[in-house]
Amino acid sequence: MPLLSLIVFTPLAGALVLMLMPKEQNSSLRRGALAFSLVPFAFSLCLLARFNSAEAGFQFTEQAAWIPQFGIAYKVAVDGISLFLVLLTTFLTPLVVLAGWDVHKRVKEYMVFMLLMETGMLGAFVAVDLFLFYVFWEIMLIPMYFLVGVWGGERRIYAALKLVLYTMTGSLLMLVAILYLVILHHRSTGAPLTFDLVQLYNFSAPLTAQRWLFAAFALAFAIKVPMFPLHTWLPDAHTEAPTGGSVILAGVLLKMGTYGFLRFAIPLFPLAAREALPFIAALAVVGIVYGALVSMVQPDLKRLVAYSSVSHLGFVMLGMAALNTPGVEGSIYQMLNHGLSTGALFLAVGVIYERRHTRLISDFGGLWQQMPIYAAIFMIVMLSSVGLPGLNGFIGEFLILIGAFQTHRVAAIVATSGVLLGAVYMLWMYQRVMFGPLTNPANKNIPDLSKREILVFVPIIVMFFVMGLYPKPFLSRMEPSVQAYLSRMHQKMAAPDQILQASATSRAPSQAELPAER
Amino acid sequence: MTPAAIALPSDVSWIAILPLLIITGTALLTVFADLWMEGPDRETLGWIGLAGLVATAVAAISLWNTHQSAFSSSVALDRYGLFFTLLFCLASAITLLMSMSYLETTDIRTGDYYSLILFSTAGMVLMATATDLILIFLGLEVMSVAVYVLSGIWRSQVRSNEAALKYFLLGAFATGFLLFGIALLYGATGNTTLAPIAASIGKIGGYQRTLALAGMGLLLVGFGFKVAAAPFHVWTPDVYEGAPTTVTALMAVGVKAAGFAAFARVFMHTLTVLSADWSSILWVLAVLTMTIGNVTAVLQRNIKRMLAYSSIAHAGYLLVGMVAGGESGGTAVLFYLIAYTVMTLGAFAVVTALGRRGEPNENLDDYAGVGFRHPLLGLAMIVFMLSLAGVPPLVGFVGKFYVFSAAVQSGYIALTVIGVLNSVISVYYYVGVLVRMYMTEGALEIPVLSSRPYLVAALLVTVAGTILLGLFPSPVFELARQSFRALG
Repeated sequence: MPLLSLIVFTPLAGALVLMLMPKEQNSSLRRGALAFSLVPFAFSLCLLARFNSAEAGFQFTEQAAWIPQFGIAYKVAVDGISLFLVLLTTFLTPLVVLAGWDVHKRVKEYMVFMLLMETGMLGAFVAVDLFLFYVFWEIMLIPMYFLVGVWGGERRIYAALKLVLYTMTGSLLMLVAILYLVILHHRSTGAPLTFDLVQLYNFSAPLTAQRWLFAAFALAFAIKVPMFPLHTWLPDAHTEAPTGGSVILAGVLLKMGTYGFLRFAIPLFPLAAREALPFIAALAVVGIVYGALVSMVQPDLKRLVAYSSVSHLGFVMLGMAALNTPGVEGSIYQMLNHGLSTGALFLAVGVIYERRHTRLISDFGGLWQQMPIYAAIFMIVMLSSVGLPGLNGFIGEFLILIGAFQTHRVAAIVATSGVLLGAVYMLWMYQRVMFGPLTNPANKNIPDLSKREILVFVPIIVMFFVMGLYPKPFLSRMEPSVQAYLSRMHQKMAAPDQILQASATSRAPSQAELPAER
Repeated sequence: MTPAAIALPSDVSWIAILPLLIITGTALLTVFADLWMEGPDRETLGWIGLAGLVATAVAAISLWNTHQSAFSSSVALDRYGLFFTLLFCLASAITLLMSMSYLETTDIRTGDYYSLILFSTAGMVLMATATDLILIFLGLEVMSVAVYVLSGIWRSQVRSNEAALKYFLLGAFATGFLLFGIALLYGATGNTTLAPIAASIGKIGGYQRTLALAGMGLLLVGFGFKVAAAPFHVWTPDVYEGAPTTVTALMAVGVKAAGFAAFARVFMHTLTVLSADWSSILWVLAVLTMTIGNVTAVLQRNIKRMLAYSSIAHAGYLLVGMVAGGESGGTAVLFYLIAYTVMTLGAFAVVTALGRRGEPNENLDDYAGVGFRHPLLGLAMIVFMLSLAGVPPLVGFVGKFYVFSAAVQSGYIALTVIGVLNSVISVYYYVGVLVRMYMTEGALEIPVLSSRPYLVAALLVTVAGTILLGLFPSPVFELARQSFRALG
């Protein structure tokens, strides 16, 4: 059974079915979208069940020739690095669709774009052919552009265009780099043209080429992450996007950038990566502190959460830059955590925005009196984002800091202050929104969460606790792939030194032998 | 000179020009059929034209494996020519379908319209199959004269008259350059037939070489004008805006492709020896064309002008393919032309769909809110605009992918980077159309699509082409490769 293809293309099929449905029947459109987003989730649970956690390489590989003249194949597979990102996507999408019950404007198109988006994201996570990855990577952008531009807030058009232009600039330069890499591989090894990631992993480009190629890949991914200083599109896109768009953007789309570094930029160009990792770590730390500081002064809830993303993704990048087991595992774990926590934060902000049509912190205060269930849920979500022990965020940040401390000590120490600042801005925000007297009369009759809204939050909160209390099933499935990844990286990064040493040692005996012969 | 010496050349072969004969015959047929037609409606002529184009395409396909040269080696029946013949049949057929709906919204009530479309197509076919510079010139003139008339055929519109005059004057001037270039090449090599020129051009030196280089430069101006490459592009926006929309579509697609057909045959085959000289010139022209086209398109408020600048930009990408050269570059150019044809015709089809009698609705602001009120047209426009912008998995992306990979293969990294950065600029204005269609509100009223079956057919073909060729480009790419190889 082509499990991965089923997971990737069911949402696309759903989108096509939805397109044929009459646009007035909002409730059946919503249910249809929910059903079509639950099917891939069910399939991905199968994937999880059948995943061989002892295997380090790619599993569930499917391959078919696509553009044979260029060695381009439809090749999809998962390993321990991408498995949980697939699950994160299929897990969040139904929840976003369910939260999208609040969308009353052009329901049909909204749901169609959501499902198209899911296909794009899933495809990008499972593609192990560079061309295929690029195709999915670009496809993803279009539904997001429409989600922000059509269903967004006041400055939606500006935000949508900014999102598209920023991302396109990076990705088109990456396309040139992909072409260059593939042709270089073809020329220097004599092998036929191929975009197959596994074959390209085994190829070591010369250092100068690696530097340029890494730069092009890193630019595309750094924009997507987004890393400081390329993050300016994110607060705009997040603020203007509808709730569902923000959740997907924060929950999954930003992971594309970090995943891209981990899957493509670093392993394809290890020598350049070795040189760049200290800078990445530095930028990550700047992002952590800067994001946290800017979050603190945001008057707008969504902007606050958006800048907190910049800060949290800095942790992900820092762990990756450590390039050791706790660092990389923590980095992947933190991708999942951030997806869940920030996704849930945007859902929570969406709830009050839906009721009050304002996102300004100053418009709220004392909400817990009116909305006790909401206040409780928001608190758990907020604490998860802060990284409270017992909840998921703690595990990720802890692993990352352990990893980073071994390789980038100063960076790790500064990053720890980010954890502290994170607690400050989140708790302060929570205090201003929930506690104090209920002064604003507009908030007096604000209703608490409906059953449907509770249903949206419950699965995420369950996952907070599961991932916070019992991380082993997750980490053990990542472990073999991460170990193999790291040993390959360290071997390749050490390669030039070994070559130098090898030539030095081979020269030494020959000189020693010369007198003996004489 | 004895009479025998001026008799027909020994290599007469009517088979070699069969597609050309069919299409010319159809054109003549429509001229005469028009005499017997009554009333203002000339749809029947469109059907005759379509039938002729289908017959031409069938002939071209059945001759795919035949290879011969005829009429003193001045015309070749090769896959290269057949590939373009098929391309022109497609472009012309879609234009006819669009016209059969579009003409109802205009005052153009003359049967000549259909004849002229077919005559211009015959000229294009001749340009692509000719292997003699004089015959290439002849094809270019047959095509151009018909298009000059077509752009001015909406006589009651001042801007249509202006377009025709402007196009004619500048076109005649550019043709002069081309002819002068042919004369100089003849002076340098003693030949106008391509094969002997190719054979001798590498051996000549001294003043002859200078002559050849000057001739090459003048040819470049002539072709550059027809394909609307900067800095020979200034006529394009005014003419594209003024001409009837369907004629604009044919100009953007057919005339440009025919220009490239002859351009590539002469430069990438006959003059390959001089490629060191022309490729650096084309490098500059490609950068200029892409950048001027894209940057200026951003500023446009009229969709036809925007598409005019977009067509200039695409000429730039095609020039990148020519600069890359070799089999990969040539194949990329051929594939890109197919991609460009399908998506550009589609975009123009949507433009005609949004117009109605007396209200062409060509300003971008007229497009406000159209997307959600006319979902199928909106969807079609999403497909065309994203494809033109080069978003996968649509055909425009695959075309760019081939062009840029050819450029990287030949080591033109800087050119490729300039090209992709230009693509980013182009995203801005293509997506800008979608912004207006989907993200702003408007109240444009247009006739329902179901009342215009021909237009629907044109849209269906182009949408299907844009998506399917994007998803499964291999077969057409293989055809393009075989065709370019046929040049030898």
